[in-house]
Amino acid sequence: MRLINRRPGRSWRISLVILPFALLLIAYLAGSAARLADNPQDKLLPSAVQMAEAVDRMALSEDPRSGRYLFWDDTASSLKRLGMGLLISAALGLCLGVLSGTLPMFGASLSPLLTVVSMIPPLAILPVLFIVFGLDELSKVMLIVIGITPVIARDIEQRAREIPVELLIKAQTLGANTWTLILRVVLPQLLPRLLIALQLSLGSAWLFLIAAEAIASTDGLGYRIFLVRRYLAMDVILPYVAWITLLAWLMDFGLKRLTRAAFPWYEGGRA
Amino acid sequence: MSYIQVRNLWQTYGDQVVLENLRVDIAEGEFCALVGASGCGKSTFLRMLLGQEAPSRGRILLDGKPLATEPDASRGIVFQRYSVLPHLSVLDNVALGLELPRAPVLGRLFGRAKADAREQAAALLKRVGLGHALDKYPSQLSGGMQQRLAIAQALIMKPRMLLLDEPFGALDPGIRKDMHALLLELWQETRLTVLMVTHDLSEGFTLGTRLLVFDKVRHDPHEPGAYGARITYDIPLNLDRHATREAVAALPEHVTGALKNA
Ligand SMILES: Nc1ncnc2c1ncn2[C@@H]1O[C@H](COP(=O)(O)OP(=O)(O)O)[C@@H](O)[C@H]1O
Ligand SMILES: [Mg+2]
Repeated sequence: MRLINRRPGRSWRISLVILPFALLLIAYLAGSAARLADNPQDKLLPSAVQMAEAVDRMALSEDPRSGRYLFWDDTASSLKRLGMGLLISAALGLCLGVLSGTLPMFGASLSPLLTVVSMIPPLAILPVLFIVFGLDELSKVMLIVIGITPVIARDIEQRAREIPVELLIKAQTLGANTWTLILRVVLPQLLPRLLIALQLSLGSAWLFLIAAEAIASTDGLGYRIFLVRRYLAMDVILPYVAWITLLAWLMDFGLKRLTRAAFPWYEGGRA
Repeated sequence: MSYIQVRNLWQTYGDQVVLENLRVDIAEGEFCALVGASGCGKSTFLRMLLGQEAPSRGRILLDGKPLATEPDASRGIVFQRYSVLPHLSVLDNVALGLELPRAPVLGRLFGRAKADAREQAAALLKRVGLGHALDKYPSQLSGGMQQRLAIAQALIMKPRMLLLDEPFGALDPGIRKDMHALLLELWQETRLTVLMVTHDLSEGFTLGTRLLVFDKVRHDPHEPGAYGARITYDIPLNLDRHATREAVAALPEHVTGALKNA
């Protein structure tokens, strides 16, 4: 049979999912063991035991200076910033996208503006944000908002334009005014799209969060990574990176699940 | 004075003349079948009747008054595709037409009013044979059932005019027959004015009380867009149905009123 027609069975599929992860892990452990055998002081590839000790120190025991569990504090601050950034971006992106995509009078000015704004590299204006919003929480959340809102807004705008004109006409023959048409026809059809747009911008949101934390912060996952980098503490950095990856993956998975559960008509409508 | 009066109606897109100098009168309660080659402007004509686009020249009068320049609840439409809202259940698709006009701010009704709307919608859906599918989403319905839903959705508004743009074009012949029967029954019950575009001449002959043929009378081989289509034939059909209907309409008010209440 040609390769293109061959599909993995159920058990095969699971093995194939695990395989690359297992290979990476094995390669890492082998490399780490080899380097440590060479030089027990080597910091670049810490062993599993060293990382477990670091996790124990950061997550399971109080910090001797502050009496707090740094790992969980970092996680809470980062998730708070990320959550606020995502929430504000979603709300703002949805409003702008819907206005621009459904009402030509608004789209005429909003659409080109969004295109230009989305071209601004958010990190380039990070100093501006610090100057305008100060060095505290607000500027970090704003970086996320500025970074991903235009992307979400443009995606929603595009999807709003893709709603068949027949449906908009139909709603008007059913007695809708502009507002109720948006409320009952356009918005509900765009909400699943919003969740997908959010899912796709998770990566950038984390990027902006960690950048902001690395530059100006006193806690947060990104702050910690950049702080311990000075001591080459790979045994802390690697678990933190793995933790961030896990969190990001969980959010991605959660959003996907939510889309399917909340909008049962959605994928059926595409089929 | 007839219900719909079309006078010197032109529609052009850029250099392309699509319809030229249309003149037609349509009486209330008529069932007009519109036929013609693909691309000759039948859908364009319906769009103008719906108020979706303005004619480049000429006018359309309803009861002698100029037609509203945007779609509204007095004129229903069924398209070949995208006629129903994919995110609403069958029941909500129809109930929506009762909710929107009464709730200009929230777009939905609550409590007693909502229950009433859903009850009314369910009754109409039973009438068109969708009583068993109230909670399904449109994507779970067959093509024929989707068009039944689209028709119910349009009729719940009790429009005076129903426009149908190749509503059964994508359906199998057997299902199409069922739809014809349903549409004729509904037309007879509601006495509304129907304009239906079809590419199936026999469909037009079976259903219509009048057949309007759109065609180009003039051609310029060097400039295909120079001339538009006109109504070249206007054929009365199914005269018996006409007569029945006129006889019923001629009955004195107290008799028909009594019948309606019965
Ligand atoms: N909005 C538009 N802009 C430009 N040309 C259009 C537009 N709508 C329709 N046309 C053109 O007008 C002609 C008639 O279209 P249509 O009314 O859809 O034909 P029919 O429904 O009879 O098949 C076609 O050639 C089409 O390309
Ligand atoms: Mg057409």
